[in-house]
Amino acid sequence: MSIQVENISKSFGAFAALQGVSLDFPTGELVALLGPSGCGKTTLLRVIAGLETADAGRVILDGEDASDTHVRERQVGFVFQHYALFRHLTVFENVAFGLRVRPRRNRPSADEISRRVHRLLDLVQLDPLADRFPPQLSGGQRQRIALVRALAVEPRVLLLDEPFGALDAQVRKELRRWLRRLHDELHVTSIFVTHDQEEALEVADRVVLMNRGRVEQVGTPAQIYEHPATPFVYGFLGAVNCFRGRVEGTHVRVGEARLPHDGQVDGQVDGQVDIEGAAVVGFARPHDLAVVTDLAAANGVDAIVSRVHAFGASVRVELDSLEGAADRGEPAHYEVVMPRERAVSLIDGQRVRLVPAHLRVFADQAA
Amino acid sequence: MSAGVLHGRALARRFEANPATREPIWMKRLILTIALAFFVLFLFLPLVAVFSEALRKGWLVYLAALVEPDALASIRLTVLVAVIAVPLNLVFGVIAAWAIAKFDFRGKRLLTTLIDLPFSVSPVVVGLIFLLLFGAQGWFGTWLFEHDIKIVFAVPGIVLATVFVTFPFVARELIPLMEAQGRDEEEAATVLGASGFQTFRRVTLPSIQWGLLYGVILCNARAMGEFGAVSVVSGHIRGATNTMPLHVEILYNEYNFAAAFAVASLLAMLALVTLALKTFIEWRAGRVVTVDD
Amino acid sequence: MTAASVATLTPTPLLPRIARRVLPGFGLTLGLTLVYLSLVVLIPLSAVFIKAGSLPWGELWNIVSAPRVVASYQLTFGASLLAAAINTVFGFMLAWSLVRYNFPGKRLVDALVDLPFALPTAVAGIALAALYSGNGWIGSLLAPLGLKVAFTPLGVLVALVFIGVPFVVRTVQPVLEELEIELEEAAASLGAQRGQVFRRVLLPLLLPALMTGFALAFARAVGEYGSVIFIAGNIPMVSEITPLIIITKLEQYDFQGATAVAGVMLIFSFAMLLVINLLQAWSAKRTGRGR
Repeated sequence: MSIQVENISKSFGAFAALQGVSLDFPTGELVALLGPSGCGKTTLLRVIAGLETADAGRVILDGEDASDTHVRERQVGFVFQHYALFRHLTVFENVAFGLRVRPRRNRPSADEISRRVHRLLDLVQLDPLADRFPPQLSGGQRQRIALVRALAVEPRVLLLDEPFGALDAQVRKELRRWLRRLHDELHVTSIFVTHDQEEALEVADRVVLMNRGRVEQVGTPAQIYEHPATPFVYGFLGAVNCFRGRVEGTHVRVGEARLPHDGQVDGQVDGQVDIEGAAVVGFARPHDLAVVTDLAAANGVDAIVSRVHAFGASVRVELDSLEGAADRGEPAHYEVVMPRERAVSLIDGQRVRLVPAHLRVFADQAA
Repeated sequence: MSAGVLHGRALARRFEANPATREPIWMKRLILTIALAFFVLFLFLPLVAVFSEALRKGWLVYLAALVEPDALASIRLTVLVAVIAVPLNLVFGVIAAWAIAKFDFRGKRLLTTLIDLPFSVSPVVVGLIFLLLFGAQGWFGTWLFEHDIKIVFAVPGIVLATVFVTFPFVARELIPLMEAQGRDEEEAATVLGASGFQTFRRVTLPSIQWGLLYGVILCNARAMGEFGAVSVVSGHIRGATNTMPLHVEILYNEYNFAAAFAVASLLAMLALVTLALKTFIEWRAGRVVTVDD
Repeated sequence: MTAASVATLTPTPLLPRIARRVLPGFGLTLGLTLVYLSLVVLIPLSAVFIKAGSLPWGELWNIVSAPRVVASYQLTFGASLLAAAINTVFGFMLAWSLVRYNFPGKRLVDALVDLPFALPTAVAGIALAALYSGNGWIGSLLAPLGLKVAFTPLGVLVALVFIGVPFVVRTVQPVLEELEIELEEAAASLGAQRGQVFRRVLLPLLLPALMTGFALAFARAVGEYGSVIFIAGNIPMVSEITPLIIITKLEQYDFQGATAVAGVMLIFSFAMLLVINLLQAWSAKRTGRGR
């Protein structure tokens, strides 16, 4: 089943949690709502579920406007970060809850309920624990019960709020793979909220990146990672090096140095394109920077090696800018990742030159 | 996102705004109406009645009832009893809370229960206990008579009965508070070289001051207002062993209603001050917690 | 220095080392607590049992099972149970209103809930008697309906409801405040109607707290004296409560009789204390608020 949200806005007092968000969630996909805390992702999920009423905008489920439908009639499955299991009920009764509260004419028979609950518990390999109470389960087990409890009512969509947020790292990884497999089996349209970019990129078919109540970018994990649409997306997905400067033809002037850019400036102020002298910021990933020890080499920014982390297959090098070399005199810090053999000669305190292989340039909003 | 940090109006707003916890408006109105009717009928009206009855015959009668010698004597005795009983139980409460909250030992739960015991004993039974001990036919009765010491039907008996019924107030307020605060800060102070008393005064006391005040206020209200236990051991000697509640009873039984309610209104005002202070402390203590967050 | 000489210099202690407490004052404070507790509470309380135990069994039984005493038990326990039940229902509604709704005067209502704790019982007693007597504000409204409250067993009930109000409200209120909102959201998202959420989720979770409040109100009501005697009328066999029986016996210098009845009340108090402790432990477990 498909979900569309149109122009959703929601404020809590003076805080605007969502500002005109419009999105389209195609049938059968597993979508991640990703962003820093306070970006509005959980609020959007709760608006879709009907747990929160939007100030403006529409929620369309399967082509029907569901904005005024009460949460209990929306037929959505909602999985809470802290599970929200009923601790006075057994695992079995928790999963059966949604079936038992149905009006008599729609309620399955006791046998049918039992059969369906056991089948679901089998699906998550927790059938032997059917008679336990939630406090007797581990965090990972509770989260799986919470998930099948939501699935028991055969929801049209499955919504998960930070489903792995309360678990420790080991269990988290395991449950991530498990959620992906489960989704591939059931193909229920699912949206999950996370602040963990690795989790979003690894599990989802599609990622929606949000910031300050707005959508920054929508795309497949590869698109989002390879082609960030905004400086925010660049900064949010993994480590990044920033170079602030001004456009000079096909280059960017950063202090004394000139760096070649990818040939296009995104996010022009006032719609002006490739203006000579415009303030810009260039981004390069740690693996897109080359460290050159030959200080005569062209097109590079000078820096001092501050620390070499030489463990694992690749080496991570931290560097500081030279005084005056960085734009506007602010001290800058850089991070470079390179294969181990290329870093052998580097020592702390050495002066080197950084040459970006790719420099993605955006108009500098801060300038 | 837990509700734990929200209180009062903000918490209620959250429930009323949430589609999952909101009742239909008619149901909300029904519940509110019934709850508030119950409140007015059983709590508000009796309170209003005290003042209304006290002033029924005008201010002059009201004031006359309060400055009458027996009334003044009862006020003096009530204050005297509170001045002895409250500090005793304050000191005990702090000592007991330190032992129970800061250390682990066998029988801790039992001890906590025993401290609460006076709350579950009927006041009349409390009075009886002290008659059995110190009355003319009591265990120590003969000895006390020979040495010409009067405990029951005299001020010491009233004090003893009051100490008994107000025994748990300070301790029961402090124990959960000090348990919740743990031992880390005291241990840190000890590691830094503070003595036991310094640790208590500089580390523990500042963090329990509101709870302590809370306990003292409730303890004081009960000490001044105790009726059943004191009634048994007092002997009802006008001007000598009558506390304010006993004086109210005597006036009432003499059908001197205006005077009875006049003295009662003083006690009602004490109750209102107690509740106001209690609300203030809860607000202050709540604010301290949110600032710490 | 050789290993042998080290061994001789540091002899192994004969006793295993006692775990030392880091904070000072354990022995002193615990000792003082026990002494004070014994002097003020435990030793005096034991007097009742020693005195009552000195009576021959037959005589003891005759005293505590005399018709007038039994009638007082029936009134005291019956009215207390009823009052606690009334308080459980209406106290729950009051606690619910205070936590879940905003309304004008909420602060005042919240503060005045504790009035029965702060108002001396004698004052409450005469105020209720004045309200419910034939010419009182409420009594005069009920009189045309043929309802007499003051100086009847109904008056006892009214006084016991008054003193029990805070117990249920103050037991349920914090539990209701701390209940995770997600439980109700989960139930609603699973399709449960509001009534079903209440019956299947909220009520089971609040039940231990409600029962604790009930037990506290009941225990307090049984021992109550001051607020009852003014409104009860104190007619033997009709509206005479058990604590008043003790007072009456004392006034007749019947110490043995008074002590015997007091013993019955004390045993009841201890039993209730045990029940309340168990209920509170259950409540803490059910609502996930472990101490």
